Amino acid sequence: MSLNAILAQTMLGLSQGVFYAMLSLGLAIIFGLLNVINFAHGALYMLGAFVALIGYSYLGPWLGQPDWHMGFWTALVVSPLLVGGLGMLIERFLLRRLYDFDHIYGLLLTFGIALILQGLFANYFNISGTPYPGQPESLSGIVNLGFMYFPKYRLFAILFSIVVCFATWFVIERTSLGAVLRAGVENPKLVEAFGINVPRMVTLTFGFGVALAALAGVLAAPIYSVSPLMGADLIITVFAVVVIGGMGSILGAIVTGLMLGLVQGLTQAVYPPAANTVIFFIMVVVLLIRPAGLFGKVV
Amino acid sequence: MPELLAIENLHAWYGESHILHGIELSVAEGEVITLLGRNGAGRTTTLKAILGMVDKRTGSIRLNGREVIKEPTHKIARIGMLGYCPEERGIFSRLTVDENLALPPTLGDGGMSRDEIYSMFPNLAERRRSTGTQLSGGEQQMLAMARVLRTGARILLLDEITEGLAPVIVQTLGQTIRQMRERGLTIVLVEQNFHFAAPLADRHYIIEHGAVAEVVAAHEAEEKRERINAFLSV
Repeated sequence: MSLNAILAQTMLGLSQGVFYAMLSLGLAIIFGLLNVINFAHGALYMLGAFVALIGYSYLGPWLGQPDWHMGFWTALVVSPLLVGGLGMLIERFLLRRLYDFDHIYGLLLTFGIALILQGLFANYFNISGTPYPGQPESLSGIVNLGFMYFPKYRLFAILFSIVVCFATWFVIERTSLGAVLRAGVENPKLVEAFGINVPRMVTLTFGFGVALAALAGVLAAPIYSVSPLMGADLIITVFAVVVIGGMGSILGAIVTGLMLGLVQGLTQAVYPPAANTVIFFIMVVVLLIRPAGLFGKVV
Repeated sequence: MPELLAIENLHAWYGESHILHGIELSVAEGEVITLLGRNGAGRTTTLKAILGMVDKRTGSIRLNGREVIKEPTHKIARIGMLGYCPEERGIFSRLTVDENLALPPTLGDGGMSRDEIYSMFPNLAERRRSTGTQLSGGEQQMLAMARVLRTGARILLLDEITEGLAPVIVQTLGQTIRQMRERGLTIVLVEQNFHFAAPLADRHYIIEHGAVAEVVAAHEAEEKRERINAFLSV
């Protein structure tokens, strides 16, 4: 295989990996503070994409303004806010009641929410997907990277996601706001005893993790078609990514997501039939050798 | 002096276990009191119950005249301007010394500045960038103290701060408490080391089976020494 082909597959793998990274980052943040494995994460990613689609294609006609569209850039802001807000309501009124019980209840609740959301959208939208026509003019077309021609939008999605991921990492690991969060992960009772409103922090954190999923959903909309099951398909792989990276590590979630996207892309070039299974194969190997994950701490 | 902390008929539970059975105590502004007693007598639980860190509690806790028995933990800390040093010290391992110090929000005026704190505990100044786990036990305890001094807390709740520390560090901590006292802070000290606590406190509450068994004023401490020792011995 030529160097150019490898580089080309690297770019394709990366454009998949950034979605793994954004989703597993949100899961890791939520798991760290809430100890909840958010099974609704994929459904909320799907919801994020649908907010963009509905805003562009349906909202105008519904309101009697067939020519009005909510643009891509607006969706990039509005969708995470809306879906993050929904996440905060879910945390405040449903999840919060379960913290005193076994983890399995949080998992069941979020799994149920995922099924409800998917069922709801499958009722009104085509399961095989609806294309999102709102990709901005400025990002259409292709760029010459030297070794390949690459869709401009995909390049934007890669760079944008990486910036979002590392900005999140920076805020959590390097600022005083993040210090409160890290302390809350370690000993929430003591943080509260210092006078910090931990329940509110938990709500905001859940909202933020969910908003990241919605943001990924908006970014995915122009690339993949928007479908009620788009999250369900992706989230299984993302959970494998999380298992490989180790639960609760911020940097681990980002790096593992990007890395496994690359591995998947390269496998696609070398032996295409294995591309969809390679991540699960790695998961098995990692579980055998390092059960806590590559970046997880052995308890 | 006005009463800053008043506890009446305080009961507390962890799950089904009924730990406190009607604690009564009151502390005026600027006083230093100790809670003495054996392990498991309910001293640590008394501090936690003040902060609402138990599963259930009944009775009355007034901080600065305000009833807080129904308030959530984070509000109690702010209403009472409480500075809490837990028994296990509670240094956050993923945070640096600087971050640990900066973590608790400011509760009132008169807190020490970071520079004052680092000149009080020069060991910590050298280790500002180290994370919590890299500190020795003594350094962790100093950091736990320093952390609440920065916030401007008016009442310090200090749980077994001398436990397991070398005598020279215990001396430093005693010195710190004297300085805090001179600054007019009110201190509730949970101690097992009566030798350490005796010269620092105005009053000793002996806790047994989740209730106050005896209150000993500082000037009576010498003559009641036998009795106190009987309560503390295993």
